[in-house]
Amino acid sequence: MDSLTAEMDQPRVGHDVVASARDEWLTVMAWRIGITVVGLGIWEGISGRLVKPFWISSPSAIFEQLAGWYESGDLWMHIEITMTETILGFVFGAVSGVTFGLALGLNKRLAAVLDPFVVAFYSLPKIALAPLFILWFGVGLLSKVVMATFVVFFLVFYNTYAGTLAVEQELVDVLRLMGATRWQIVRKVILPSVLLWIFTGMKISVPYALIGAVVGEMMASNKGLGYLIQASAGQYDTAGVFAALFVLMIIATGLHELLKQSEKLMLRWKEEST
Amino acid sequence: MNPLIEYRGIARRFTTRRGTVTACENVDLTVNEGEFLAIVGPSGCGKSTLLNMAAGLLQPSAGAVFYRGDKVPEPNTRVGYMTQRDTLLPWRTVEDNVAIALELRGQDRATRLRMAHDWLHRVGLMGFEKAYPGQLSGGMRRRVSMARTLAYEPETILMDEPFGALDAQLRLVMHDELLKLWAATKTTMVFVTHDLTEAVTLADRVAVFSPRPGRIRAIETVDLPRPRDVFRIRFDPRFGALHDRLWGYLEENVREGVRVG
Repeated sequence: MDSLTAEMDQPRVGHDVVASARDEWLTVMAWRIGITVVGLGIWEGISGRLVKPFWISSPSAIFEQLAGWYESGDLWMHIEITMTETILGFVFGAVSGVTFGLALGLNKRLAAVLDPFVVAFYSLPKIALAPLFILWFGVGLLSKVVMATFVVFFLVFYNTYAGTLAVEQELVDVLRLMGATRWQIVRKVILPSVLLWIFTGMKISVPYALIGAVVGEMMASNKGLGYLIQASAGQYDTAGVFAALFVLMIIATGLHELLKQSEKLMLRWKEEST
Repeated sequence: MNPLIEYRGIARRFTTRRGTVTACENVDLTVNEGEFLAIVGPSGCGKSTLLNMAAGLLQPSAGAVFYRGDKVPEPNTRVGYMTQRDTLLPWRTVEDNVAIALELRGQDRATRLRMAHDWLHRVGLMGFEKAYPGQLSGGMRRRVSMARTLAYEPETILMDEPFGALDAQLRLVMHDELLKLWAATKTTMVFVTHDLTEAVTLADRVAVFSPRPGRIRAIETVDLPRPRDVFRIRFDPRFGALHDRLWGYLEENVREGVRVG
């Protein structure tokens, strides 16, 4: 009799655990939605009553602005430009950063020789190079791609290089004793162990790629979200500035999520170990 | 018996910011082919240093180490090394970890996995082939390490306190497994530990070291018959006598250590 009741209790306990986890999730979601609604409500409420719309615009005006850009087709055009610059900059920067980081990490002499130059360039605020790039590569797409590439390159390079230095010597030694060649050690120990660092570098550099592209656009261009912000502000169009910022926020969040998912796929061993 | 590893007049000094530390000195030691030699001594007496030298990962400051009559190459690919710390590759599954040495030798995947599964079976880890090391307990990871080291049949196996982190019961189980696996392969074993009972249970000969700078205090032959029952052998009177005698060499140092520390 006892064992029967115990068995009957079993699934109910499991069910309760699942249910309480779902309840927890629903509560969290409800709070999030609540905060968003209340926040937007307060914003809408004080705009035009307590604070002039000139300063803070209002959610409805921003929505109208977005709808207007959407209908005219401007929205997609600007998004496409900024995304192209960001993605190209990210890809070029990441590829060159990983390559250069591994080259220095695997070649101690090269690393020693280039160290002061790398540090000097790394310390330089990359954004300060934007005017120079515009001067060299014009006001079009290219100067922004170069800008984003440059920013991403240093972040990814630095992480990759640090990753090669952090490879556990004991792991390398064990494989050397098994008779592994230099190339086998690179492929089977160094690369997999640096991968985690490369991903960290890439993840933190995504928003910076966007920053590089947008800053370039704000300085000199006639397209892109950075241009939209700059042009709207120039016309004292606060709703336009907020609308462009909102789009940027959505894009940045989307990119971050995308990278998080791909990291999960690539580093399955880490996911399952914890 | 043929000498396999010979330490001749070895000393090893390390330079630190506080000055020079001598890990070991005046070490003359011969490891014979096919024997199970245990090196016992307090921590910091340079036991691991000796293993690193046999592996060709570290050079002596004085003297020379010979392997089959020649100077030890860097690295010495005829030895397998099982260190105190975990050196499984965390991004590889258990089976791919065990199979790695054969993979390096260009064996095809089917063959090397068959071999890996065979070894996982022997160390009682069937069903965990696809797990990652991070999902296993400490004892299971040690078993995988052992399987990986034995699987590619190196001529000599160096073990540096391989079971130091395990609890006493599990350690006995591992001793039992190790002796059974070793009996089947007859590999030369050099086993470093600070646990005298462990040394006497496993080895053919035990070398006792003094604290830093490490020197050989005594080398004794363990005249206990094989196969040994690791769970009962501690109660054998011959075990007790030998343990007492070896303890005599260690005791002085332990007492000194208490006074100094």
